[in-house]
Amino acid sequence: MSDTPILDVRDLRVEIPLTRGTVHAVQGASFTVEAGQALGLVGESGCGKSMTLRAILGLLPHPGQITGGEIRFEGDDLANADPKRLRDVRGARIGIIFQEPMTALNPVMRVGDQIAEGPRVHLGNSRSAARKTALELMRKVGIPDPARRARAYPHELSGGMRQRVMIAIALSCEPRLILCDEPTTALDVTIQDQILKLLSAMRRDLGVSVVFVTHDLAVVAETCERIAVMYAGQVVETGTVDEVFRAPRHPYTLGLLRSVPRFDVVRQTLDSIPGQPPDLVAPPTGCPFQPRCGFAREDCLEGDFPLRRLGPGRATACIHDDDCAQDVSANPVIASV
Amino acid sequence: MDRFAYILRRLVQAIPVLFGVTLIVFFMIHLVPGDPARTMLGVHATPSRVAALHREWGLDRSVPEQYWLYLKRLLHGNLGTSLFYRVSTASLIRGRLPVTLWLIAYGTILSIVIALPLATLAATRKDRAADQAVRAVPLVGLGFPPFWLGIMLLLAFGLHLGRLFPVGGYGTGFVGHLHSMFLPALTVALGISPLLIRSLRASLLQVLESDYVTTARSKGLSERRVLARHALRNAVVSTVAVLGVNIAFLVGATVVIEQVFALPGIGQLMLNSIFQRDFPVVQGVTLVFGIMVVLVYLATDVLHSFLDPRVRFD
Amino acid sequence: MAIAVAEGALDEVAEHRGGFRRRWYRTPSFVAGLLIVGTIVTMCLAAPLITSQSPTHQDLNNILASPSSKHLLGTDQLGRDLFSRILYGGRVDLRVAFLAVLLPFLIGTTLGCISGYYGRFYDTAIMRLVDVMVAIPFYVLVIALVFALGAGARSIYIAITFVGWVSYARIIRGETLVAKRQEYILAARAAGFRDSRIIGRHLLPNVITQAIVYAMSDIVLDILAIVTLGYLGLGIQPPTPDWGGMIADGQAFLTTKWQLSTIPGVVVVITALGLSLIGDGLADLLRPE
Repeated sequence: MSDTPILDVRDLRVEIPLTRGTVHAVQGASFTVEAGQALGLVGESGCGKSMTLRAILGLLPHPGQITGGEIRFEGDDLANADPKRLRDVRGARIGIIFQEPMTALNPVMRVGDQIAEGPRVHLGNSRSAARKTALELMRKVGIPDPARRARAYPHELSGGMRQRVMIAIALSCEPRLILCDEPTTALDVTIQDQILKLLSAMRRDLGVSVVFVTHDLAVVAETCERIAVMYAGQVVETGTVDEVFRAPRHPYTLGLLRSVPRFDVVRQTLDSIPGQPPDLVAPPTGCPFQPRCGFAREDCLEGDFPLRRLGPGRATACIHDDDCAQDVSANPVIASV
Repeated sequence: MDRFAYILRRLVQAIPVLFGVTLIVFFMIHLVPGDPARTMLGVHATPSRVAALHREWGLDRSVPEQYWLYLKRLLHGNLGTSLFYRVSTASLIRGRLPVTLWLIAYGTILSIVIALPLATLAATRKDRAADQAVRAVPLVGLGFPPFWLGIMLLLAFGLHLGRLFPVGGYGTGFVGHLHSMFLPALTVALGISPLLIRSLRASLLQVLESDYVTTARSKGLSERRVLARHALRNAVVSTVAVLGVNIAFLVGATVVIEQVFALPGIGQLMLNSIFQRDFPVVQGVTLVFGIMVVLVYLATDVLHSFLDPRVRFD
Repeated sequence: MAIAVAEGALDEVAEHRGGFRRRWYRTPSFVAGLLIVGTIVTMCLAAPLITSQSPTHQDLNNILASPSSKHLLGTDQLGRDLFSRILYGGRVDLRVAFLAVLLPFLIGTTLGCISGYYGRFYDTAIMRLVDVMVAIPFYVLVIALVFALGAGARSIYIAITFVGWVSYARIIRGETLVAKRQEYILAARAAGFRDSRIIGRHLLPNVITQAIVYAMSDIVLDILAIVTLGYLGLGIQPPTPDWGGMIADGQAFLTTKWQLSTIPGVVVVITALGLSLIGDGLADLLRPE
């Protein structure tokens, strides 16, 4: 485990100026990714996790912009990098896998060409060398009969196959970091399992680091070592999966964990977190989670609540995390094994 | 093989449309109030001459029989005889068709040359000055009567600014044609460009905001490569469709533009025949126009199926 | 209960149109277009008040004259006052254009609605007809029809109606196909309403907005067609002034007095621009939020 993290995001802020108001999509996200590690970035829809990922590579949808913070990668701040540096990083140093493979692949280009494009541009491969690389990659990601499939168009492949193509594209220039934006959400469960196993195998074999964005806690538990929880555009808790799942230190995390249905206990009602996430156009003052929080007190209503370090690699934004901890010891989420 | 069957099927589907066109063209002559033969002969109408025309055209038979006769003659390539020139309509049309085809092709190519760069400029600089300027073009441009635009171009380039181009005529030889037909072709192109620009810009915008373009950017490709190899490729596919749909209008506009520039094409033939009350020729030219358009639609479909791999052939 | 849902849907539609009333003066394109078209229409209607010159009176001693206090834009090749010819020509051309959209609008909307709502046989039949009509170029067919029917305003109305309904039918059919799958239509049918009521009170108010927007560009098309026919000598017949005819007459004098052909065209372009702006503005206003 090296000392400097591969990716160090500090207080990232993203705004999207729309006609009806400015959406504060990300309001202070901070997390780190170590070499060879997988970090899960979890939160519900609209919490800003996809925007965070896109901001790292400067791929925010127009008219979104990064309005603050740093994205440290290989000694550069990507948030303020010039376009040439960003282009050098994209694909070659950082790869990305999108959620919807059907729309993320060019419909009029054969998949083999799409996989080969990265190596041609970044590694300067000749057409034939790139083609060979593409075939090799397709084999690695488990696409049967690569030679034939390389000539296919995206709509001729199944969902799982298309996602494998996307993974191949992301790996094509041997990047150090791969960003995954809910790569399995659009697939059915059996395929999901295959893809996740594939991603884990790739990580083991190639030693790449991964940022895994998802709303599914089970997936994080299976694939990641560390986790960062996001709510309303902010990272509210970080730590190892073990630490955070066993002893969450933020009421939102606790609420999430409790709302996962358990099959071993018969219950009358499903736990859920009451209320709605805040409107990101007019974010309220004080702690963003406070309106829905069972532990909220008066001092939660005003002020900023940045991440507070609790220990090495462990942080929370809640100032009453002890109340949270007590609640958990009384009613454990995960029974100790 | 699949594609071949698809083309065949489209051809077959075009047949009822062609029949419909012949029906309309046939019935046009019956719209004329009064006796068409008498109207045609005008001053020279005598009972025997009128009766002779009636027999020749089969006007003394029932309407369905007349249509049947008309169809039979059509299938033999017989479009009737010109009353004015006294030669077969088909030969008249054949003689003048190349000019019109030249005008259409030249005009289409020019329109793409004008529309594509402008639309690309507008889409890549969305909402900035260049975009606003380009968006004004369809707004103002669609209000220009095509023939008036031609006259203005004549005024500017034919008569003033150095008399660059001839004010009429077809010219001789390939280069001569290119030169003489430039102004009329430009008129045609400017007439249809606003529509093309609007559609191209819209589809480019859609493509530029699509997921696969984001993927392309995420690979670290330069913006130029993203535009050329990913965005335009997809936009061209929809351009072909838009062009195909609007070609009918383009073809129709050539009738008037031939008049403005005195081009000896089938459009001018039609107009002259109207004033000479030469029914068979008017009918014949209308029919030829209809057939041309149907063929163009067919060609567009086929081209589209080659360009877009998602088109299904079943 | 279903009745309540259906009534609620109606309220929603009414609310949208109420929104229109509140917002129209804040949409710049709509206002600009109204101003342009309003000015031109007013000037043409008020022609006798604006100019004392007759558009048809020939003064052969004073042909191709330059602008003067008597003749604001000068005279044409027969000594007729250009300015008054433009105003009076506008009366005819604009009147015919505005009237000519009505029948195609009505016929096309009705057929498109039937085609989309009932589908199957009706749809196939109507769409086959559309395919055939679309095969013959607009101008070719209009010219041929006017030729067959004889020149003049009446033939123009007939020809444009015959050719013009097609666009409306396609638009309305498309909108209907989408709309008939909406929940409020389902609710209306569940409430046992008759087809005519469903189409008339529930479907139509929602689909017709696209046709209205298109009507604006259709008026532009009709003006262009009328002016083109006038240029070819097949439109409004002399001695009634007509912009197209004026352009045709002026073409022979491009070197001596180019204004004869240019000015009527410019007026057409400006009018068309105004109408397009209204169309754009309407599209913005009537777009569901």
